[in-house]
Amino acid sequence: MSIAIQPRENYLNTTTGVLSWLLTKDHKRIALLYLITVTVMFFLGGVAITIVRLNLMTPDSGLVSADTYNKLFTMHGVIMVFFFLVPVVPTVLGNFCLPLMIGAKDLAFPRLNLASWYLFVLGAVWALYAMLAGGLDTGWTFYTPYTTSSSHSNVIPALIGIVIVGFSSILTGLNFIVTVHRLRAPGLTWWRLPIFVWTIYATSFIFLLATPTVAMALILEIVERLWGIGIFDPALGGDPLLFQHLFWFYSHPAVYIMILPGMGIVSEVIPCFSRKNLYGYTFVALSSFGIASLSFLVWAHHMFVAGISLYAAMIFSLLSYLVAVPSAIKVFNWTATLYKGSISFEAPMLYALGFVCLFTAGGLTGLFLACLGMDMHVHDTYFVIAHFHFIMVGGMVMAYMSGLHYWWPKITGRMYSEWWSKLSALIIFIGFFLTFLPQFIVGYAGMPRRYNHYPPEFQVWNVMSSAGASILGVGYVLPLCYLILSLWYGKPAGPNPWGATGLEWQTPSPPPTENFATTPVVVRGPYEYHVEKAQNEL
Amino acid sequence: MFAQQIIWFPSQASTTASRVDLLLYMLTTICGAVGLSVAVTLIYFAVRYRRRSNTPTPAEMRGNRPLELFWTITPMFIFIGFFVAGAIVYFDAYRAPDDATVVYVVGKQWMWKFQHPEGQREINELHVPVGQPFKLMLTSEDVIHSFFVPAFRVHMDVLPGRYSSVWFQPIRPGHYHLFCSQYCGTNHAGMVGTVHVMEPAEYERWLHLNAEGSMALEGRKVFLKYRCISCHSADENARAPVLEDLYLRPVHLRDGSTVIADDDYIRESVYDPGKKIVLGWDNLMPTYKGQVSPEEINQLIAYLKSLHRGETPNRVEEFAPPAATPPINSK
Repeated sequence: MSIAIQPRENYLNTTTGVLSWLLTKDHKRIALLYLITVTVMFFLGGVAITIVRLNLMTPDSGLVSADTYNKLFTMHGVIMVFFFLVPVVPTVLGNFCLPLMIGAKDLAFPRLNLASWYLFVLGAVWALYAMLAGGLDTGWTFYTPYTTSSSHSNVIPALIGIVIVGFSSILTGLNFIVTVHRLRAPGLTWWRLPIFVWTIYATSFIFLLATPTVAMALILEIVERLWGIGIFDPALGGDPLLFQHLFWFYSHPAVYIMILPGMGIVSEVIPCFSRKNLYGYTFVALSSFGIASLSFLVWAHHMFVAGISLYAAMIFSLLSYLVAVPSAIKVFNWTATLYKGSISFEAPMLYALGFVCLFTAGGLTGLFLACLGMDMHVHDTYFVIAHFHFIMVGGMVMAYMSGLHYWWPKITGRMYSEWWSKLSALIIFIGFFLTFLPQFIVGYAGMPRRYNHYPPEFQVWNVMSSAGASILGVGYVLPLCYLILSLWYGKPAGPNPWGATGLEWQTPSPPPTENFATTPVVVRGPYEYHVEKAQNEL
Repeated sequence: MFAQQIIWFPSQASTTASRVDLLLYMLTTICGAVGLSVAVTLIYFAVRYRRRSNTPTPAEMRGNRPLELFWTITPMFIFIGFFVAGAIVYFDAYRAPDDATVVYVVGKQWMWKFQHPEGQREINELHVPVGQPFKLMLTSEDVIHSFFVPAFRVHMDVLPGRYSSVWFQPIRPGHYHLFCSQYCGTNHAGMVGTVHVMEPAEYERWLHLNAEGSMALEGRKVFLKYRCISCHSADENARAPVLEDLYLRPVHLRDGSTVIADDDYIRESVYDPGKKIVLGWDNLMPTYKGQVSPEEINQLIAYLKSLHRGETPNRVEEFAPPAATPPINSK
């Protein structure tokens, strides 16, 4: 990497050459490998949805054929869910920051960490090959019996790719759990852990417990498709709802795999930029585990009109409302953290505040969908699409951007352009609203998802949504530009540009390979901004 | 109500529609108020406590147990209220009234096929009168589809290999969209149709214009065509159970269990007869999978519903096959 003069040896310049990166066991370099990989995946998924949104500008099937359209939205969903949203924060920011935040030299199993990346790349290349050569038209949900008996596309290779990437998740989760248990610095008790560590830790448990279920379900699909063994297809004596149960038993907790680390990021950023300790630390930490546990008990709320029994639907509706409580607690605590703070508005904070707004909107519309009588109407319409994009894009991606901007100076040792970064935060926020608000309306009006042509009365909302998406697209390309430019032109960041309290800020930026010259000793909780400030003033 | 004036709302064309919309208004009002207050508080704090040159170091503030308990427990009660309201609407939408007219629906890639009890058959169009409850028995020939009529606010997945049901009572004449909302392959977006809600008199006229043999009569033809009568003959030579007065009655099986002879059971007994053997009978019947179509199954069910004591046709050894079943009434 031709980054301008580095003043001293750090993890970026300690060894050079392609092999020193491809065989590295340094968690920070592996995080960068992941960063490049998932960024490529994000933009590929973005290209697919760009064509979909262009196609939806007109009510007729216009731009691409029905088959191509189906392959494009499948590609968007598969890439974004399995190869971006699920891995991005744990593998990029978690990988980079977790050892630094707990005062460790590396993760517990550095080799396993590198193996996870290779598995990820293998799975990604495999699935991408399947989706680009021939295509996959099942939707990212792989419902049976369509996937096993009816689809003529590249189902088996794509499923294998996703199973492989699942192993990468499992190994990463295992690595993180052991690291948090075994490698905390002296004095770093559980109640002094930063919330980001708590959420990564809770997420790792979901990785371990839920991923095997989806791997199993997908392997069963492969078995049925390959050898005609009746598991899900009623024509062969199987049960199509069994697949939905197995799939959502993973894929609902997976929503929390995506959002929990995002909540962790925001819990770091908001205290830092309001110079206050996180309000209700214990509640926020425990609610992560409340969410992680309850997330396993709500899967059938994706199946209210799928043909489950009346009483099953009622139980799952009630449980779905309960899982909303810990999320509500977090929103109130973030807001209360601002109270009587000293708030500044650098890019990470703008993204974090954007996250709180959009996540709240997404969470509140989730209450609509958990309501049985409402779901009966809006199920599988654009209302659902809008809701989960508020959570996953408005929530999760905003939080990721916040974290990326927050830790970028630590990762690269460089500051990015303040003006451009604030502008892009604003553009993403506005573009997001314009894209997804109209989808709530067109969804309630009855437009089903995965339609490449639709009745003309829905056109106005689709045009608005596509226009918003083009603004959103600009918002995502801008950071790619100014963050890369900052590698050459950014001014040196110094060890702690935000005046933050976390351990990761007590080592130089970029950190040396061994992270800390001497293992730090922790004497306080994670967000003691009043103490830090008092000491600086002394 | 007033929402119809706003163009993006589908009309309230069923008894359920206004109840679902009421849920929407309730949720939007409460959630909107909460969401707005969070946003306003956030913005107010952000402006009020922005860092100025003379801002002092903020004091430590760890939290406030009673306040946190308050904002944990209050949402819980509000949520339980939402749950109850939604469950009530869902509960009523789940159970059809006993006097509902039953229409059988078969979904396949990529069309909807309807069979009325009086025998009218339609593709991608469904005619129903105002004021009468309709119960649809839904099944699929291939993959999962979903029956969705936004104007009725009802939605139900259509599965292969089993029946699901949905009911509605139209209240407003008009022509409404019918969508398949569960992704089902290439032409998923083309699996659409129209529900025509008509005034009762107009509907009667439509029924007469399109009358064919009733579903039960068609079912009797199917029953004879496949020679079901050879074994289910209700006489001393019978080699299979009597089917008179069977529908919705308990059936005792050889393994000691009891099932109710509902649509799913009858369908299974044709396609997979060895699975549940009636007490006192042998496992003789071959499968009719691939021979009897889902629509013929529906006609058989209609026939069995109407088959009462002593009404089984006479068994005739030399049975001339009836004329081929009429083709689907294509428009």
